[in-house]
Amino acid sequence: MLPGRDIISMMDLSREGIEEVVDLAGELEDERSGRLEGKLVALLFYEPSTRTRLSFEAASKMLGAETISIDSKEASSMAKGETLADTVRVVEGYCDLIVLRHPAEGSARMAAEFSGVPLINAGDGSNEHPTQTLLDLYTIWKWRGGLDGLTVTVAGDLRYGRTVHSLARALALFEDVTLTTVSPDNLRLPEDLVGQLDGLEVREGDDLEGAVESAEVLYLTRIQRERFADPEEYRKVAGSYRVMPELLEGRDLVLMHPLPRVDEISPEVDDMPQGRYFEQSANGVAVRKALLSLLLEDGDG
Amino acid sequence: MGRELKVSSIERGTVIDHIRAGNALKVVRILGIEGSGATVSIVMNVSSGTMGRKDILKVEDRTLSREEVDKIALVAPGATINIIEDFEVVEKHGVELPGEIGTILGCPNEGCVTNSGEPVSPRFTVVGREPVRLRCVYCEEETEDVEENLL
Repeated sequence: MLPGRDIISMMDLSREGIEEVVDLAGELEDERSGRLEGKLVALLFYEPSTRTRLSFEAASKMLGAETISIDSKEASSMAKGETLADTVRVVEGYCDLIVLRHPAEGSARMAAEFSGVPLINAGDGSNEHPTQTLLDLYTIWKWRGGLDGLTVTVAGDLRYGRTVHSLARALALFEDVTLTTVSPDNLRLPEDLVGQLDGLEVREGDDLEGAVESAEVLYLTRIQRERFADPEEYRKVAGSYRVMPELLEGRDLVLMHPLPRVDEISPEVDDMPQGRYFEQSANGVAVRKALLSLLLEDGDG
Repeated sequence: MGRELKVSSIERGTVIDHIRAGNALKVVRILGIEGSGATVSIVMNVSSGTMGRKDILKVEDRTLSREEVDKIALVAPGATINIIEDFEVVEKHGVELPGEIGTILGCPNEGCVTNSGEPVSPRFTVVGREPVRLRCVYCEEETEDVEENLL
């Protein structure tokens, strides 16, 4: 059900493909085994992303695969005079799968065309980061047993944040999902994206308090200072998007955040049952185990 | 004066009819035939029963290839292509925007891998037809600025 031998963009994934990944992630979450023994995974990270890299490395090793990797410093010196296309053609010669993070948008799609082994996009500039979206979906799926009928509020920077865009597109593949958006005027969900979300009921909320009334999931993203010309305006806006314990107390909802957070979630929320962002991050390992298995196991896919 | 004088028949070549009025020069630009040596006649703002006003372009001694026809569809979606041999129309067809556009446009996203010196040519998926909206196969950015991005 996966779109092929590569994981490049959530746009390629169907509902069935997503379900296959989250189902297997559930099965493999606690597994430490040799099911990928003898496989070699190459981690090519052209820009720093410690969490994503460690998560892929952990997932590979928990299933018995070996990893080789280059970090952003090595990558930039390696890249001198060599195209990404050439590097990929060299590296694919001695590994079974490539995980790529690269600053150029579209780099993963191009690299997959040059690679003879499966490739997973671990972030291509501001474009896609499909394993982040899959781990978001897995976190929700694990909590409530499915994605149909979900009511979710996304809040913060909805204009520039790719995690929210990919999540919204993915949720549109499921039945009866309601998405409430809460954001400053200049950081609203792009209209052309809303136009593409057939099947998703999109509502605009006024403030966090109102929007969490009926939400099962509150997905918060960081509002960046540089989006505001006036520092005073930024302070005012950022303050109204800070989650304090009172907002969540007694509510049956989960609070998610792609991390790193700055000060948009009060540390007191960390120990509340609603605060799931660290669990969400840890779920990345299960999702990456599932993807590695689907792409590497003989006779599968 | 009769209409025949405005669009006198040619012995061999291509007549592009039903170009939206005002767009003939863009078609010339897209075809890149200004400096090709071919004789090109442009008729603008001709009365048309179906279009009100239209432009017509006549290129002598040249038959349009499929890729060139694709290019025209981006700015003149209703155009009709007439291939002429011995003063007769031997082939007549419309232009149809394909599902995917090849290497005739550059990606407007400066951060796209197709603009970074890699050995890869831009390609676009057609995601909207009225107006034309294209999505880069690589960086997934969408654009409606077709003319600005023609290579």
